[in-house]
Amino acid sequence: MKTLRIGVLSLQGAFREHIQILRRLGAEASEVRLPQQLHGLTGLIIPGGESTTIGKLAVTYGLMDPLREFAAAHPVWGTCAGLIFLAKETDSLQPLLGVMDIFAKRNAFGRQVDSFETDLFVPVLENGTAEPFHAVFIRSPYIAAVRGNAGVIAKLSDGTAVAVREGKWLATAFHPELTSDLRFHRYFLQMSRDD
Amino acid sequence: MENQKTELKDNGLTQVGGITVKRGLAQMLKGGVIMDVVTPEHATIAEEAGAVAVMALERVPADIRAHGGVARMSDPGLIREIIASVSIPVMAKCRIGHFVEAQILEALGVDFIDESEVLTPADEAHHVNKHDFKIPFVCGCRNLGEALRRIGEGAAMIRTKGEAGTGDVVEAVRHARSVLGEIKRLQLMPNEELMTYAKNCGAPYELVKETKELGRLPVVNFAAGGIATPADAALMMQIGVDGNFVGSGIFKSGDPALRAKAIVEATTHFNDPQILAKVSENLGEPMVGISASSLPESEQLATRGW
Repeated sequence: MKTLRIGVLSLQGAFREHIQILRRLGAEASEVRLPQQLHGLTGLIIPGGESTTIGKLAVTYGLMDPLREFAAAHPVWGTCAGLIFLAKETDSLQPLLGVMDIFAKRNAFGRQVDSFETDLFVPVLENGTAEPFHAVFIRSPYIAAVRGNAGVIAKLSDGTAVAVREGKWLATAFHPELTSDLRFHRYFLQMSRDD
Repeated sequence: MENQKTELKDNGLTQVGGITVKRGLAQMLKGGVIMDVVTPEHATIAEEAGAVAVMALERVPADIRAHGGVARMSDPGLIREIIASVSIPVMAKCRIGHFVEAQILEALGVDFIDESEVLTPADEAHHVNKHDFKIPFVCGCRNLGEALRRIGEGAAMIRTKGEAGTGDVVEAVRHARSVLGEIKRLQLMPNEELMTYAKNCGAPYELVKETKELGRLPVVNFAAGGIATPADAALMMQIGVDGNFVGSGIFKSGDPALRAKAIVEATTHFNDPQILAKVSENLGEPMVGISASSLPESEQLATRGW
């Protein structure tokens, strides 16, 4: 079986949580802070954190084009800040990779006092079991528009889009790295295996 | 939309203000720098430099020290202006034990409350019961017992106290080494010793046990109090904290924007001396500073808290 070597962009945020889960699932996982650390990876996760901080550090350390080139050829998953960073558009002026054909609305549910947890139905994870995914939203964005080949894979009960897949790219507005349900990580590893 | 949001939260499936989202926000701040700011202009400079959050204050700790008198929660008007000026999380400080200041800060919509020894304590025996709030709290500590007492009261994040407003990193180092060293000691301790350990350090037994099992605090742990240079920030990260608070060190220096950016980069690339050398070049004057060991006990802020 193909060895999966997943990088986690480690400029700032919840990278340690992703790395621990990837290793538990048997994948190799490494921290990425500089462009040369992308070499040899089979996939990349962009974690939650502050999207402005991650974007500025990516610009200063020459990561923007290497990340775009990497994404053109490999599976990439962004959670929360990572979703914003992958988007083509957002509602504030900040560096974006502009990979996924989505419009991300930042801090879309309000301030921290509005951060919430809820159960989502995610058909791509369920294999017919109908077991909901407990999702944690922290000062989270949502996906205000989906274009081209991007398709919504999870919605809140009011219809708000909170997870999207576009070919080899995945984005979730919530944080699967903060719960013990590993299905989203398994799903991304399967995407990497199929790549 | 406002109505939809309320409806969504009332359907029984959705919870706000739980421990996961409180501790989770701190997890999202890891590897970052939280900067003290006293005006919306400062806040914009901090955000532009890559801060993960700002602490809205009327005076930075160095000025609180110089000014003397009673230091209280900042003017809500100032906090609102700072909230309006940035997209990153905004924190604000309440006095130790002053739960009404904390209620006001929650009503203002701040994202995190720092129950802080930098302000004059309002209660000489008790801290705020932080479980009562929907927004998370960060509290200072000097050792593991103090950290676990605060977590027991509901703190979602811990920081070292250090000695705020001095620009002297020695106390932050002492407190970080104390907490992290005690955790290592705990990991080697047989389980039958844990109850006595909990009794002696005044920490809840369940949290002592959890900390031993995890090999780290159950919440995120930042450094604070005296960090003034990129090298200080990287030192704290290499010692093993999750991120840095920088108070007076930025806006009391010669070139705040440049120094702020350098400290952010040093916190990310804390293990790369080549990068640390580069970002430390030509930053202008650091804050002047006071040696923490020269302070009489009555002027030490770290001794506040119980």
